[in-house]
Amino acid sequence: MKYLALIYSPQNAAPAYGTPEFDAFIGEYQAATEVYAKDKVMIAGEALEDSSTATTIRVRDGKTETIDGPFVETKEQLGGFYLFDCENLDEAIKYAAMIPSAKHGAVELRPVQEFS
Amino acid sequence: MVEQFQNNEALARQRIELLVREEWGKLLSCLIAYLGDFQLAEDALQDALESALQHWKRNGLPRSPAAWVLQTARRKAIDRLRRAANFKSKQSEYQLLLEMDRDEMEGEEMHEIGDERLRLIFTCCHPALDRKSSTALTLRTLGGLQTGEIARAFLDSEKAMAQRLVRAKRKIRAAAIPYVVPDAHQWGERLNGVLSVIYLIFNEGYFSGHGEAQIRTELSNEAIRLTKTLMELKPAEPEIEGLLALMLLHDSRREARQNAQGEMVSIEEQDRSLWDKSKIKQGLGILDEALRKLRPGPYQIQAAISATHARAASHSTTGWDEIVLLYDELFKVTPSPVVALNKSVAVSFSQSPKAALKLLGELEDALKNYQPFYASKADFHRRNGDITQARSAYLKAMELCNEENTRAFLQRRMDKLK
Repeated sequence: MKYLALIYSPQNAAPAYGTPEFDAFIGEYQAATEVYAKDKVMIAGEALEDSSTATTIRVRDGKTETIDGPFVETKEQLGGFYLFDCENLDEAIKYAAMIPSAKHGAVELRPVQEFS
Repeated sequence: MVEQFQNNEALARQRIELLVREEWGKLLSCLIAYLGDFQLAEDALQDALESALQHWKRNGLPRSPAAWVLQTARRKAIDRLRRAANFKSKQSEYQLLLEMDRDEMEGEEMHEIGDERLRLIFTCCHPALDRKSSTALTLRTLGGLQTGEIARAFLDSEKAMAQRLVRAKRKIRAAAIPYVVPDAHQWGERLNGVLSVIYLIFNEGYFSGHGEAQIRTELSNEAIRLTKTLMELKPAEPEIEGLLALMLLHDSRREARQNAQGEMVSIEEQDRSLWDKSKIKQGLGILDEALRKLRPGPYQIQAAISATHARAASHSTTGWDEIVLLYDELFKVTPSPVVALNKSVAVSFSQSPKAALKLLGELEDALKNYQPFYASKADFHRRNGDITQARSAYLKAMELCNEENTRAFLQRRMDKLK
């Protein structure tokens, strides 16, 4: 089963760049990623640029409309993701709980649809 | 001949009803283990029961009706899979099932069915499902209650309840919530989840004033039955026993909690001769068993509080000092303002209403929208002789009350002031 872990954080909730807390925070991410690699559960995982850099696209009547900004403005923004390959939801929850941002934000776990 | 036939049909119907009441959960739990799918298992079991009626009224009852139904349900499930549009593409997935089925049929007639209810209850009460869905799913799958019955108990439309159940079953499948008993490091937390769902079912049947009385009694009985099952499956857990004792002790007062007019009667004014002695005896015995294991927890402590009431010959001779100490213990494990409020009620009897009012002062912020807070406050003022304060607290409590029976109770209390 594949699960997408969407990482949401309130703006400025993570430690600021350049502080010792930031280094520790990144260290935690590295440690989590190492566990994922060792257990062979990570298909992909990336951090995203700030939502102020987002561009939203809609195609209507064959015309591409481009909007500056995210699709939905929310207090918590999507900051990154992991794509896990796990046995079941319990296992996915275990790995998702290791994501450092879960401590100040939230991680939404979504099963990836399987077509057969 | 015709008579014999009608007799057979009545027998078959009776046996099927009994099977649904007694073994639905067990059968379904085995089918889910076998098929790995809640909805398919439920549909197949339903098919098998219909088929049972047709066969049994013609041929009489089989030696082991439960095993007969289980085996038939497996075949019905395979029929359903074969008929499904995407069977071809999934054939390899089901190959194992088909082979198992052939082996089964070549073998002897089954007499024993397994029991996977522990897996079933932990899956139904998985924290990834919301509490109401867990409650409904537990009642449907383990209790064998009909969707309509569950809907009536929760004052929902049958359609909304059916959708809730379908969604929950779909989520279990789509998100791959595992059909397992949690391992040791998750056990305590997950068991608490299960117990809280069962207690929710009990409370829905016991404390809530809404819904038909018959359905509410059935819910409480179902919660007690589920806990007994859990205890059989996992005998060394004192908190399971604690919950069972707590429910039995509460339930022993069911008859006394309402008068002939259907009005709520407080424990202070209850006719103790109406308390069910056999339930009290059972509850006290189970609580003793639990406490002997020396692993206390919130349900055991709450049961011990309820037991102190059950042992007292009257309200005034109740061991209020002991109850105060028990609330202190409960607060240590579940530090909630509601526990502190309940303690203040015990203090009002062990010491004085005045001492209790002092405790309430610290809780006002946390409980300013909580009806029982003002009901207790009113009662303390009343007993303290302060009619004006009592009246204003009763009014506030009634304002916050959304339950007719309780509001009427508060109104009667207020009318008696003077």
